[in-house]
Amino acid sequence: MKPLLRFMTSRLRGSWRFLAETMLALAIGFTVGAILMAVYGYDPVLGYRALLEYSLNPSDPYYLASTLSFATPLMLTALTFAIGVRGGVFNIGAEGALYMGALGVVLIAGTGLTGPFFLIAALASSLLLGMIWNGVAGLLRAYRGVNEVVSTIMLNWTAFYTVEYIRVYVFPNPHDPSKTVSVPPDARLPLLVEGSELSLGFPIALAATMATYYLLWHTVIGYEIRATGYNPKAARYGGIRVTRAVLYTFLVGGALSGLAGFLELTGRPPHYAITTGLSNLFGLGFDGITVALIGGNHPIGIVFASILIGALDAGSRGMQIEAGVPMELVRTVQGVIIIALAVPGAIRLIQDYLRRRKLLIEEGR
Amino acid sequence: MADPVFILDFLRAASFAMIPITLAAIGEIVTEKAGVVNIGLEGIMLLSAFVAAVAAEATGSPWLGLLAGLATGTLIGLLHGIISAYLKGDQIISGVGINILALGFVPFGIIVVWNVAGYHPVPPEVQVPRLPLLGISPLVPITIAIAIATHLLLYRTRLGMAIRAVGENPEAADTVGIRVERVQLLATAYGASLAGLGGAFLSIDWLSEITKEISAGRGFIALALVNFANWNTILALGGGLLFGALWTIAEWFKTMAEIKAVIPVTLINTIPYIATLAVTAGFIGRSRPPAWIGRPYKRE
Repeated sequence: MKPLLRFMTSRLRGSWRFLAETMLALAIGFTVGAILMAVYGYDPVLGYRALLEYSLNPSDPYYLASTLSFATPLMLTALTFAIGVRGGVFNIGAEGALYMGALGVVLIAGTGLTGPFFLIAALASSLLLGMIWNGVAGLLRAYRGVNEVVSTIMLNWTAFYTVEYIRVYVFPNPHDPSKTVSVPPDARLPLLVEGSELSLGFPIALAATMATYYLLWHTVIGYEIRATGYNPKAARYGGIRVTRAVLYTFLVGGALSGLAGFLELTGRPPHYAITTGLSNLFGLGFDGITVALIGGNHPIGIVFASILIGALDAGSRGMQIEAGVPMELVRTVQGVIIIALAVPGAIRLIQDYLRRRKLLIEEGR
Repeated sequence: MADPVFILDFLRAASFAMIPITLAAIGEIVTEKAGVVNIGLEGIMLLSAFVAAVAAEATGSPWLGLLAGLATGTLIGLLHGIISAYLKGDQIISGVGINILALGFVPFGIIVVWNVAGYHPVPPEVQVPRLPLLGISPLVPITIAIAIATHLLLYRTRLGMAIRAVGENPEAADTVGIRVERVQLLATAYGASLAGLGGAFLSIDWLSEITKEISAGRGFIALALVNFANWNTILALGGGLLFGALWTIAEWFKTMAEIKAVIPVTLINTIPYIATLAVTAGFIGRSRPPAWIGRPYKRE
């Protein structure tokens, strides 16, 4: 509970504002979503009611479990982004690292290992591949000065086509051409709620989040990362190896997204494999950026934000089934939320405006 | 191999691949010269490609389609410009938001407009016609003209001087009476409008289709190109041709049986991305960005 307490107090110092701004951004996002639904002939009330019903409905544990299952990978890809921001870099390579992490599982599925041996080997291979993939961007940034926004996107696309190639040509599923070989049944993570998609992956992701918190605020490496992000010149002057700290953010970030890929493949029914066009993985890295930004790039905030976006993802299925609204609407809403979050002190701007207007009115009297 | 017909064919193909990244890069050079970074180019291209296809089909005119793409870019540019210049917002976060918005809105839009998931071919009668004899797009000469005109704008006009001053030292620019915010807003809108034109070109000219991933990383390749061209629009033209050629080589490999036998098509798709990465890693370090890039200007 101590980190939670510290998170609350650190946030409270400047900021009920942070919370208010987040709420404002969410409100703007949902309003734009409602307008879009209305413009294209859907019923926004029906749409949002279905969204709530399929995500936070307390009558059946399935719905909440579904929300948490969607939150699981987002928490980890959000940490990839957040640890980068803490170290002063803008790492948007979670998407590619997650693909590589999933590939790590498929590579082991091709070996014939089963049970716990499979899980251990697959975990190691996922973490390693995620780290290597993100590490390339880290090395290019650290030693060649290549902008990480460009390099990570290029790596994401390269990962997409490489994994897609392996899906089709190297490890296709002999029984089902739309996916790769599957994780053996005895090596799948147990489900927490029968009949849902919520597996042991969720508590594992939570544990990884806590570990990241510990790393950032209770270890030397974490201190060096944060100092570098805060002011690289001062950090270097203070004897911190800035290049190494930046590289660490990419390596740890890559491992976290690799873990997300591992959990998606070993923990998420029904496929336990990579599907056509990476459709069961696509977008999980980008949604992590949304989660990180809403969560203030803090591990605790990210846990809450991942559940919020997980609820949107779970609820988007309901919107499609009950109100006929294409699921993609939800990502549009997320984009609007982020744009709204980009405006700092939005609340202060409104306060200033109100104050000025009040003065004008008083002057007019 | 050195057959002139082949070389002409290759250049013609490369001219298509060159246009979208070059247009977006020229625009982004102006935006960044004014001190604003727009990493939402990818999203702008994607949204404009979609809007251009809708507009071209609705009006029956490819020219109005191009205009609609340009207008879409301008509108998003104004939004990003207001957030960056006037509201002193985080430019990178706003750019990410634009990209994610496009990633959601375009597949949503393709479903609600055409009732199909993720792919719609643009009918031939609303595609931009090719130039006679050469077989290239009319946007090739337009892009070259824009590159030259933009260079003249930046280095031969008062407005251009104001743009560069704002990106180098906004405080000094402010002191001599340049309206920093207004210049930044204009430069951002201009940059985004060119990305929008490039996006429209993707759907109703070059590829004659709209898909939910039609921009395919080109907005980010344009960002790499800005760096590669050292913030010079004329160099961006040459760099754009080089990057376009890399893209064309990949497409060309796909048509060759001998190469396809060794490298499957899916893997050939990685070439432009790896090449962009390699070129960027090899050339960086010599270029110098505007001094006040990416930071909001706040008066004391």
